[in-house]
Amino acid sequence: MRDFSYLRAGSLDAARQAAALPGAMLLAGGTTLIDLAKCGVAEPDSLVDITHLKGLDKIAVSASGATIGALAKMGHVADHADIKRHFPAVSEALWQAASAQIRNMATIGGNLMQRTRCPYFRDPANFPACNKREPGSGCSAIGGVTRGHAVLGTSEACIAMYPGDLATALVAFDAIVHLGERRVSVDDFFLLPGATPDREHAIDPGEMITAIEIPNSAAARRSTYLKIRDRQSYEFAAASAAVGIEFEADGRTIRDLRVALGGVATKPWRARAVEQALKGKVLEPDAVRAASLLAVEGAVDNGANHYKIELAPRVVARAILKMGETA
Amino acid sequence: MTKTTIPVHLDVNGHRHTLQLEPRVTLLDALRDRLGLTGTKKGCDHGQCGACTVHVDGERVLACLTLAAQAEGRTVTTIEGLAREGELHPVQAAFLEQDAFQCGYCTPGQIMSAVACIREGHAGSDEEIREYMAGNLCRCGAYPHIVAAVRQAALEVQS
Repeated sequence: MRDFSYLRAGSLDAARQAAALPGAMLLAGGTTLIDLAKCGVAEPDSLVDITHLKGLDKIAVSASGATIGALAKMGHVADHADIKRHFPAVSEALWQAASAQIRNMATIGGNLMQRTRCPYFRDPANFPACNKREPGSGCSAIGGVTRGHAVLGTSEACIAMYPGDLATALVAFDAIVHLGERRVSVDDFFLLPGATPDREHAIDPGEMITAIEIPNSAAARRSTYLKIRDRQSYEFAAASAAVGIEFEADGRTIRDLRVALGGVATKPWRARAVEQALKGKVLEPDAVRAASLLAVEGAVDNGANHYKIELAPRVVARAILKMGETA
Repeated sequence: MTKTTIPVHLDVNGHRHTLQLEPRVTLLDALRDRLGLTGTKKGCDHGQCGACTVHVDGERVLACLTLAAQAEGRTVTTIEGLAREGELHPVQAAFLEQDAFQCGYCTPGQIMSAVACIREGHAGSDEEIREYMAGNLCRCGAYPHIVAAVRQAALEVQS
């Protein structure tokens, strides 16, 4: 790991100013940044430690929704009683992510800035070509071992999968990222790779995530996060789904449905086609399975990740049917 | 870049230390190489194995992904700080009784994780113990005995 200078920010403004300087990066939980610095992927000249800033770790739940401070730890949000009650999918996405130790370190703001686990991206010594690290250098993953790569939202420049769980739940419930005064929807915050996979987030130098806001909804209250993976715990998703459902008074007809996919796309992936196909319909297993196939419309595999195209709709259908059962 | 060091004050197992460190030095390396507290192990050094688990302000974290400078002003507890007046912590004793290790390399991390797991209230069933101990890998595969040790210690701590 290359050495860097270290500054402990005394205020939010000081942190933003210091982090706007060339070569500077914000440091929160460090679970991504220190790891990538050891890999030789992140090479900051200076780190601005924001973990000692006061008041940015609050979790507030009101009638309109939840506001979670950027420095709240993943573990604390997962265990928060009001988050569990009003946004079960968010709590479930968090406690199924990483390990207890990492959840005690990693912050909610940092979680949104988590980088891909693409093994080619993480290994510059052996794979110099990576458009995400070095724009224009090529993509080592295309034509390589692709079992963990994306099938949705890919481009000719990059097929790296977005690995996070939390943002998958957030995008399903129209959560909003607070960048100080500026507000960006989580869906817009994450960028498709296109021709510029090096640019992953709609955030500018000198900006900092200060909070995440999740609006209340009946669908969020009746929600779940289903994560399928190669081992039972402490593993990234092979495919996952955040699903929330609201029924009409008859308890069978779908009034509102939210579906988002994880583990299969280059960004947290809202599956609006599935939602539209089922809204107004009676929840019925065959209809749910048929509609869930729309989740992977336009999917493109690169060989070993083909299984995700079959798996993802099944995960979506299972999650929707599970939410139906609890009527 | 010229090598610069910064003073870092650490509170480890109730003892205060002042070290001059390069900013990139992790808490793990500071504990092992500067303070001689080699009970905390370096496994993967990338946050994937849990061997370096310590407590910071009473919560389990990974020392390999924590900069030493970030631990300033916080209380650090390592495996060396668990026993009280020569008496093993109940989790240490349970690991011995249940034979919850083979080579022992992951054990300090397992024990630090287990102490926190019990304190968090996540040791209510074998299934819950497995889930909340998942961040600590054991390449010898001593998992059934580790679960038994955590279960035993949880009962002792609660009673």
